[in-house]
Amino acid sequence: MANDILIEIKNLSMYFPITKGIIRQQKIAEVKAVDGVNFFIRKGETLGLVGESGCGKTTLGRCLLQLIRPTSGEVYFEGVDLCTMASDHLRSIRQRMQIIFQDPFDSLDPRMTAGEIVAEPLRVHTRIRGRELREKIAELLKIVGLDPSMTERYPHQFSGGQRQRLGIARALAIRPSFIVCDEPISALDVSIQAQIINLLEDLQGEFDLTYLFIAHDLSVVRHISHRVAVMYLGKIVEVANRDALYRVAKHPYTIALLSAVPIPDPIVEASRERIILRGEIPSPIALPPGCNFHPRCPIGVEICQKEIPSLREIEEGHWVACHLA
Amino acid sequence: MSLLQVRDLKTYFYTDAGVVRAVDGVSYDLKEGETLGLVGESGCGKSVSALSILRLIANPPGKIVGGEIFFEGKDLLKISEKEIRNIRGNHIAMIFQEPMTSLNPVLTIGLQIGEALELHRNMNKKEAREEILRLLRMVGIPDPERRIGDYPHQFSGGMRQRVMIAMALSCNPKLLIADEPTTAVDVTIQAQLLEVVKELTSRLGTAVMLITHNLGVVARHVNRMAVMYAGRIIEQGPAAEVYAHPWHPYTIGLLASVPRLDKPRKERLVPIDGQPPNLILLPPGCSFMPRCSYRMEICSKERPELRPVGDGHFTACWANMER
Repeated sequence: MANDILIEIKNLSMYFPITKGIIRQQKIAEVKAVDGVNFFIRKGETLGLVGESGCGKTTLGRCLLQLIRPTSGEVYFEGVDLCTMASDHLRSIRQRMQIIFQDPFDSLDPRMTAGEIVAEPLRVHTRIRGRELREKIAELLKIVGLDPSMTERYPHQFSGGQRQRLGIARALAIRPSFIVCDEPISALDVSIQAQIINLLEDLQGEFDLTYLFIAHDLSVVRHISHRVAVMYLGKIVEVANRDALYRVAKHPYTIALLSAVPIPDPIVEASRERIILRGEIPSPIALPPGCNFHPRCPIGVEICQKEIPSLREIEEGHWVACHLA
Repeated sequence: MSLLQVRDLKTYFYTDAGVVRAVDGVSYDLKEGETLGLVGESGCGKSVSALSILRLIANPPGKIVGGEIFFEGKDLLKISEKEIRNIRGNHIAMIFQEPMTSLNPVLTIGLQIGEALELHRNMNKKEAREEILRLLRMVGIPDPERRIGDYPHQFSGGMRQRVMIAMALSCNPKLLIADEPTTAVDVTIQAQLLEVVKELTSRLGTAVMLITHNLGVVARHVNRMAVMYAGRIIEQGPAAEVYAHPWHPYTIGLLASVPRLDKPRKERLVPIDGQPPNLILLPPGCSFMPRCSYRMEICSKERPELRPVGDGHFTACWANMER
């Protein structure tokens, strides 16, 4: 493994069983939320992970952090496999990996003050206490653009954007090297989103952070990511450098996704060709045979209904899972 | 003549913390067959102003405290409860953001669409069934003969929203109010749904009021737009004009802050500073003043009214700069 790689996942799968019965639970089916995913993230890089709701992107993020233990596969963090690691061992590794959640309303305890929220990871993982702790909290609030005088306030006294800043301060408290940003701006107002994006970029430079940036907004992902992975029904269908993916997307799903993003300009919109995908996303319980995307694919051929395409490198750094690419 | 004329509408909410002026003097017109976009961020009053048209404001805590809403010449705020009930669904229909909460989970979708038909169009069961099938086909639900007996939970989010559209259009309304109709669905489904709405309403000649926070959706689907901030319209005009020459610093800021896929990537986004306003403690003068980079002395004293700045283009801003 090249030593600039911070995280590498190999053949990662997360299947959730669907059971029937209360006393004698029988497994009747399973949801393949994440299905044989491979990728890596370099140090200091932002990997954007895009896909529609239910494609497994959030589950993938949580499996990476071992917040849920994956069904199979390997997650290497600095060369060490986390999947086989015992829980107490994981705890020390967790100091280096943090997560920022989508909803800054649900992810903060309403009965804790801003100061307590930011202090919690420090109390759990470090021995910093007393005055030093208070100074540290003030410093963290300042870093994320909040006034240290807000320490005693409760989450409901903050606006959405400020709450998200608080979530970021909590994630930063123990100086992680890797942060999973799970839709960090989709619950925020448009005018606030750019503030948070800029903050995340500044912090990356300042603290040498590596991000997995999970989102469904392709324009935001292009802005913040160095590389982008596109996910569909539990599988990665395309990975490439940002510019390559947005300029010459190869997978028909990526192409359709990009064409569906509305552009805020009526003149551009009027002349734009849009690929309207047929049908709906299939249920992850009853996946179609062959390529998951074939029932909606505008260019599918016979082989697509039979064989699952593997993720192949078709140009340097550009990986596509499509028979026709 | 305009189909809908809203004049100086004021809807306030009386809460323990104080009076929330959710809509505070809003005026706009909608012509027959036209599509108007009402744009703004959460809490700017765009939904409340639409709900006020149908008098769907829960009282208490909310109350329409002033203004007039003329629909085909009749003031909807003055007519009886019985008359407004006849307008709802029949002449003005509405679709909401979350179709799951607007559909009855224990009734089949056939029954729910049929209810509107029997109530407003006096159809018998057999006629209604034919009409329901036609509507479901029209909004692109595959295999309608089978799906007519299905319950809402058996449909996906996008399909549920199609059912809502079918129901809304079932009585050939003159006006369709779509309140964030695609916010809860994915981009590929969003594109499908908006095309359905656009195609059907232009064929049926239905006027549409599209309420959204998504500037891209507005660009593709509306003729005219109004931008709201803190309960007031701060800019309105033909969509092409507003996008090409935004006048109000808030509109300029919004358009500048979103990354665009059709443009080269910017090194840095330009956000609007500050936080959205607290509607209980609005500053005197212009509500946007604390976040505005063009602010002047007068902005903190007097509230700017809408004034013309181009052909059918209005803005509520004191600043007068070359753009």
